[in-house]
Amino acid sequence: MITLSINDKRVETKAAEDTPLLWILRDHLNMTGTKFGCGMALCGACTVHVAGEPVRSCTTPISAVAGKKITTIEAIGATRVGKAVQDAWVVENVPQCGYCQSGQVMAAAALLRENKKPTDAQIDEAMNGNLCRCATYPRIRAAIKRAARTLAS
Amino acid sequence: MITNESRRDFLKASTALLLGVHFPQALAQSGPGKTVGAFATKPFEPNAFVRIGADNTVTVMVKHLEMGQGTYTGLPTLVAEELDADWSQMRAVGAPANAKLYNNLFWGEAQGTGGSTALANSYEQLRKAGASARAMLVAAAAEKWKADPKEIRVSKGVVSWRDRKATFGQLAADAANQKVPENVPLKDPKDFVLIGKPARRTDARAKSNGSAQFTQDVKLPGMLTAVVLHPPRFGGKLKSFDDSKAKAVPGVRRVVAFSTPVTNGVAVLAADYWTARNGRDALTAEWDESNAVRLSSSEILDRYKKLAATPGTSARREGDADKALGGAAKVLEAAYEFPYLAHAAMEPMNCVVRLGDGGCEVWNGEQFQTGDQHALAKLLGVPPEKVTLHQLYAGGGFGRRANPLSDYVLEAAAIAKALDGKIPVKLVWGREDDMRAGFYRPMYYHTLKAGLDEKGNIVAWKHVIVGQSILAGTAFESMMVKDGVDATSVEGANTLPYAIPNLSVELHSPKTGVPVQWWRSVGSTHTAFATECFLDEIARETKKDPFELRRSLLAKHPRHKGVLEAAAQKAGWGKPPAKGRARGIAVHESFNTFVAQVVELSKQKDGLKVEKVVCAVDCGVAVNPNIIAMQMESGIGYGLSAALTGAITLKEGLVEQSNFHDYPVLRMSQMPPVETVIVQSTEKPTGVGEPSTPVIAPALANAIAAMHGKPVRTLPLSAEGISFA
Repeated sequence: MITLSINDKRVETKAAEDTPLLWILRDHLNMTGTKFGCGMALCGACTVHVAGEPVRSCTTPISAVAGKKITTIEAIGATRVGKAVQDAWVVENVPQCGYCQSGQVMAAAALLRENKKPTDAQIDEAMNGNLCRCATYPRIRAAIKRAARTLAS
Repeated sequence: MITNESRRDFLKASTALLLGVHFPQALAQSGPGKTVGAFATKPFEPNAFVRIGADNTVTVMVKHLEMGQGTYTGLPTLVAEELDADWSQMRAVGAPANAKLYNNLFWGEAQGTGGSTALANSYEQLRKAGASARAMLVAAAAEKWKADPKEIRVSKGVVSWRDRKATFGQLAADAANQKVPENVPLKDPKDFVLIGKPARRTDARAKSNGSAQFTQDVKLPGMLTAVVLHPPRFGGKLKSFDDSKAKAVPGVRRVVAFSTPVTNGVAVLAADYWTARNGRDALTAEWDESNAVRLSSSEILDRYKKLAATPGTSARREGDADKALGGAAKVLEAAYEFPYLAHAAMEPMNCVVRLGDGGCEVWNGEQFQTGDQHALAKLLGVPPEKVTLHQLYAGGGFGRRANPLSDYVLEAAAIAKALDGKIPVKLVWGREDDMRAGFYRPMYYHTLKAGLDEKGNIVAWKHVIVGQSILAGTAFESMMVKDGVDATSVEGANTLPYAIPNLSVELHSPKTGVPVQWWRSVGSTHTAFATECFLDEIARETKKDPFELRRSLLAKHPRHKGVLEAAAQKAGWGKPPAKGRARGIAVHESFNTFVAQVVELSKQKDGLKVEKVVCAVDCGVAVNPNIIAMQMESGIGYGLSAALTGAITLKEGLVEQSNFHDYPVLRMSQMPPVETVIVQSTEKPTGVGEPSTPVIAPALANAIAAMHGKPVRTLPLSAEGISFA
């Protein structure tokens, strides 16, 4: 039995301790906002926060995050930074197919919590592991800057 | 989980204006963060596209898949325009499969999305749907207020007459009782309020907070997830398998062999993906490979090179190219090589199927409703109308979901059938399964010859294309393969717009056994590169400016010329680039949309860098300039990704790539800023999902050639040793 703290809720699971967090979220808890894209931490679609840090849930065994504070796309909008990011995503019309965007939003929120006014190079560095086949990158960049302005005001 | 607020919405809907046939089980898919539940069956009305709720929402039944290209925004815009609705009240839901009501008007009696046709074929249809709904609202208001309908105004979702005002929602119930008008007039384009404006995407909120529903997110009671073992080589057949280790994985529920007309293999089922995947990885199987593909990419290329030197089937012939080449003062030659490409949508292919009641239900990001319906009906031995398709958002498509053979959809159904139809099945391919399942953009080899006269004018052009037919063996073959020429193999080459007196395009369509399919912009993915790069080679040889050379050859093609000039002007083509920088230009038409791009390139310490792309587009009336710009950016990013590093290669029949580490795709840091210029037009709108994709690679290659002084003739650029910062 492993106890997880997901979006401020205690969750107990009997799943094998090497089970990736992604599948606990998606298949056990039916929290499907976090997406499966590659299974090898290569695309970022499954990004969640563990103790505030962006983490690829598809390769993170639940044993590694037991007791740590996990935040997913379902709850990030309740934070000031997360809400600013999501609002900026809507205003800038970021999503196209949308499948990678949960991960993009989580990566962007983690960046803006650490860095109030990221430069283009810092945005590239923070977001480069989050793939988007629709190439929404220019709008992600614009939205991150918009969210940063909102948070500064 | 599919949420279904049907009860409550059903009650609301009973007081709603329902312009439409029944809306069977329309799935929750909508508007700004809002879920719209299933509608109930309602009496027939002649318009299947619009529903106005008592809650004042206007829901548009979108007959085309939303896979990122913006159908759930563009199509509702057409309705909202003629309805004079307020954009904030608009919602979008995916229409069910019904080819009679929701067919693609460019495709006859078939429902489906592709060829950048969604907005183009809906342009009048949905405006009429909106206009007729407006007329009924006005009639209801006139009756209620005893007013002359001509004096009633409608603006931003409010119906008014003198001091009386009502919302659509307030009038909906009465409007439902009005006669459906015939031949309602449409607006004069000069009166458009929403068309031409950047309305916000209806799906942006749901796709920013994780609530948007994709096939991957569907969960049905009792459903099992299937992870499959495919034959390692295309054409392999399952001989036997050992599931003892798979069944020993705790939680594995079933292991079954399956077979469809397209593929076969073994499926491992469990309540969750991770368990099923572990079970699949523990399977061992033996395959009959007597008919399997054992070719390597290098052998295919060698074979294509030999074929290119032999006469092919003519796809266009004007004048006598061979004779003119023989008499030319100078002949230029070049050959171009293109690899197989995977679509690699972010959502790996998947499908949910539930059998029962003499039919089946399918949950999928459905791109080819009618084709999938018939293929499923045949596989299951049920009538097509007993195949219900629930439309979901698709996590990217790029052509992959429009599989003429319904490959992954049939696979899910075959697995459900192998379980005696008693268990709903969610088929989930891992990234590796998706990348190795075939249906690639075919490999191609092109040779080009140009004859120049003494003044450097082009007097002859001979183009030979070698590559697999996408349409052979599909339902499209009879329609789109004429006289041995697959239209998708030569489009963009046999439609070369340049004024050249002697012109020949020939095609060879060899078979390899590797499954192939259309890939965003189809034939133009390779023809635009070969033709536009070769034209630049001619320009360099004759010391002409590449822009001026194109311009001089496009007198009879004003829309090509229009975008070419617009892109050149915006990019400052007339002024030389800064030191250490180079520019390249290309122009191409695909799906009746005209695109020209100028790439500006710089040299960095660790490779080349695309500094900027200027993209000019002429797609007729610009319904939503913002979506057009998004699609130009998206197509450029997608094309650039393939140009830089995209390649699927075979070694003795085995696909060498598996995931994003060996099939790298474009990242944030590699995406250039894109400046889109929309050329004003009053022509009917044409699609924007694909046409920017084919232009970026030749524009980039032409910039590289300008920088290095030698041409680029092979894609991807990484295979040529050209790397990017």
